[in-house]
Amino acid sequence: MSGRGLWAVQRITAMFLALAVLVHLATILVAVRGGLSAAEILARTQGNEAWLGFYASFALAAGLHGAIGLRAIAGEWLGWRGRGFDAAWLAAGLLTAALGIRAAIGLYAA
Amino acid sequence: MASLQVSVWRGDATGGDFARYTVPARENQTVLDVISWIQREEAPDLAYRFACRVGMCGSCAMEVNGRARWTCRTHVSKVATDGVLEVRPLANLPVIRDLATDMAPFFDKWARARGTFQPKDSPDGAVPADFAVVPPESPKRQAADAGIECIGCGVCYASCDIVAWNKDYLGPAALNRAWTLVNDVRDGARADRLEAVAGDAGCHACHSTQSCTSRCPKGLDPSGAIAGLKRSIFWSVFGITR
Repeated sequence: MSGRGLWAVQRITAMFLALAVLVHLATILVAVRGGLSAAEILARTQGNEAWLGFYASFALAAGLHGAIGLRAIAGEWLGWRGRGFDAAWLAAGLLTAALGIRAAIGLYAA
Repeated sequence: MASLQVSVWRGDATGGDFARYTVPARENQTVLDVISWIQREEAPDLAYRFACRVGMCGSCAMEVNGRARWTCRTHVSKVATDGVLEVRPLANLPVIRDLATDMAPFFDKWARARGTFQPKDSPDGAVPADFAVVPPESPKRQAADAGIECIGCGVCYASCDIVAWNKDYLGPAALNRAWTLVNDVRDGARADRLEAVAGDAGCHACHSTQSCTSRCPKGLDPSGAIAGLKRSIFWSVFGITR
């Protein structure tokens, strides 16, 4: 993917994350303040497609956004530039996202 | 008679140091007047550059008390604290000698940013058969007008942190020029130009710290121009011309 493609992905994921982080924080606060037990949380996440869809998207956006941001920092500070590094950062972002999505699937299918 | 204590950087590409001069203070006096006095009265071998003396040519920019400025339009009373001045060559450019910098890298980057107008009507460079009509109130024309008055003095380039960190970065002036042409409806090289200014050495390297905008003697907004390029490139990823 070209540099400007990566940049576009980062802007789009930033827009989504701005909302998703708020939803995520609100979810945590509600779960903790509401005194939900682990079993009660699992009862809400199991088989819940909307929940899985949201958290899979969240993990994908966060993984890509973080890796592309680190790519920019590494380019400026370490001189790590070029197609090879771009591919490595994209792979790192997708791997991070895959780990997050796997965790979401774990709670969905638990 | 009151006097000014003026430190002037003297040297060349291999290095140098400040030389100190005592210059008569006058009621109305620009920094360029001070430099000229030093050259005429104290140091005939002092190298510096100027032409118009009235803020039109953009050749007399230097760093005065830590900030890049046009010396011809900077009154000593506005910048000197306790009658002390420190004058250096523009930052981020190779020094030829004393206060004269080599502007070649700066203008080479204008060329790399595709800063030349390429007529849509006559790609071969011939004069078009008729005048183009561009309504002054059209948004594109207004956007082009916003940056067209740049005279290439290099103040923004010398003030830019990103240029200091990344020698390949095209810099605010070249990108401002590119944005002006992107908004020129008569121009036919939009796609090539957006390609030329994208990436880690182009507009995407900008951190929007806006020193260029705050220091531009013409009051232009290169930072806004760079943001415009980023927007246009964003939409171009999806094949949308905006």
